[in-house]
Amino acid sequence: MSTPYFEFLRAELAPGLLDGLWVSLLVIAPSALLGACIGLAAGVLRVYGPKPVRLLTEAYVSLFRGTPLVVQVFFWYFALPYISIGGASIVLDPVPAAILSFGLCSGAYQSEYIRGGLMSIKRGQIRAALALGMTTRQAVTSIVLPQAFRRALPGCGNEVIYLIKYSSLASIITVNELTGTATTIAKNTWRNIEVFCTLGVYYLVLVTLATWLLRLLEDAMSVPGFERPSA
Amino acid sequence: MSQPSETTPILEARGLVKVLGGNRVLDSVSLSIGRGRVKVLIGPSGAGKSTLLQCLNFLMPPDSGHILLEGREVNAQSRKELCAFRQQVGMIFQDFNLFDHLSALENVRVALMKVKGMSKLDATERAIAELKRVGLADRAANYPANLSGGQKQRVAIARALAMDPKVMLLDEPTSALDPELIGEVLSVIRDLAQGGMTMIMATHQISFSASLADEFIFMEKGRVVEQGSPAELLGRGVSSRTQSFCSKISELTGEGGGASGECRL
Repeated sequence: MSTPYFEFLRAELAPGLLDGLWVSLLVIAPSALLGACIGLAAGVLRVYGPKPVRLLTEAYVSLFRGTPLVVQVFFWYFALPYISIGGASIVLDPVPAAILSFGLCSGAYQSEYIRGGLMSIKRGQIRAALALGMTTRQAVTSIVLPQAFRRALPGCGNEVIYLIKYSSLASIITVNELTGTATTIAKNTWRNIEVFCTLGVYYLVLVTLATWLLRLLEDAMSVPGFERPSA
Repeated sequence: MSQPSETTPILEARGLVKVLGGNRVLDSVSLSIGRGRVKVLIGPSGAGKSTLLQCLNFLMPPDSGHILLEGREVNAQSRKELCAFRQQVGMIFQDFNLFDHLSALENVRVALMKVKGMSKLDATERAIAELKRVGLADRAANYPANLSGGQKQRVAIARALAMDPKVMLLDEPTSALDPELIGEVLSVIRDLAQGGMTMIMATHQISFSASLADEFIFMEKGRVVEQGSPAELLGRGVSSRTQSFCSKISELTGEGGGASGECRL
């Protein structure tokens, strides 16, 4: 028989997964940030942008929500290098390709939540802000967005949790993050059950931590009238 | 353009036209208001009172017509000029439109900082003074969700006053309020009028406004049908559209005693 599970975990699996965990975080954190920024910009433009910009952002959202993420990941990593414009082409390393894919996809979803949040704020508040002499931009940034963001936060948080899980797709373009590392260990040791169950626990812990952080953020931003509905 | 003199109207509208969905909601409406005067817009719903008020500060840009502030025409195409104009024209809405994520204090303060560029300290001081003026200094930390309708409207009034407007537009300020809360808002409005604030107010509170107004403007189907002092329009023995409209209101609401008694002055 092979070594007991805890021995295997301590000596081989945990150190391997720890390396993978850092790589995962290196992919997740920038992707989440990129997704949030793109989502915010696209969400605002979809509601307040001029018509052509609105159509453009709509197209972006349909494209990135409408195609499988795996296809997008493959595109940025495998297909992009073959597109040459004026003889120049872009070759992305695995990690940047993963971050770009996840950020763009996440942004498309985030923009939906932001758009919903923006549309939930009554138009009257914008009129009141304009009547006080604010520009439309000031009204949107200092009156509408802070409220829309609070309304969108639960949805956006949900998207971050999805992102943590779909970061595992980075393994298919050779990024040695959690899932990639685990697959390698499983192949080498044939201890599939232990490796993949442990991997699941790692994701579960990551997601639980993220949920907890998001709750803290929601609480920190909570004002009367915008509380989380108590369970 | 000449310098504004004592006789120059503070706000003047000439030939305002607004077409919405094929209807002439405003059909060549003109009005002018002098310093310290109170004009009251009355008329059935759909008469264009609210549209007129919103056209007056370009929240709804008129299709044609001119608006002059102290004798100077406002060029609404210039964003800078428009923002400067709006600062001088305070607006009170029927449904308050407080900023829901900001406390009462912050509601009053936000434009002072963002628009007037005041420091936080100065803006806070000013905001507290305005809240005091409407009797809400003790509610400064409350969020709109924790204020009554009457309190919300008073915060909205404080918020408008903090910008030092030259004229205030009030769009049915008490129509969304429970009856027992109307009084506190009306008394703030009365204080303003007595303090010399120039106001144009759309309202159904006929008897209240008759005691404040220098002039009633009766609108119907986007036109000014009658205008004159409350005494001229509602006086004894007068037969005016205004008169018959407000007897109808008092009949329906049971306001006052007799059918037309409330409207007679």
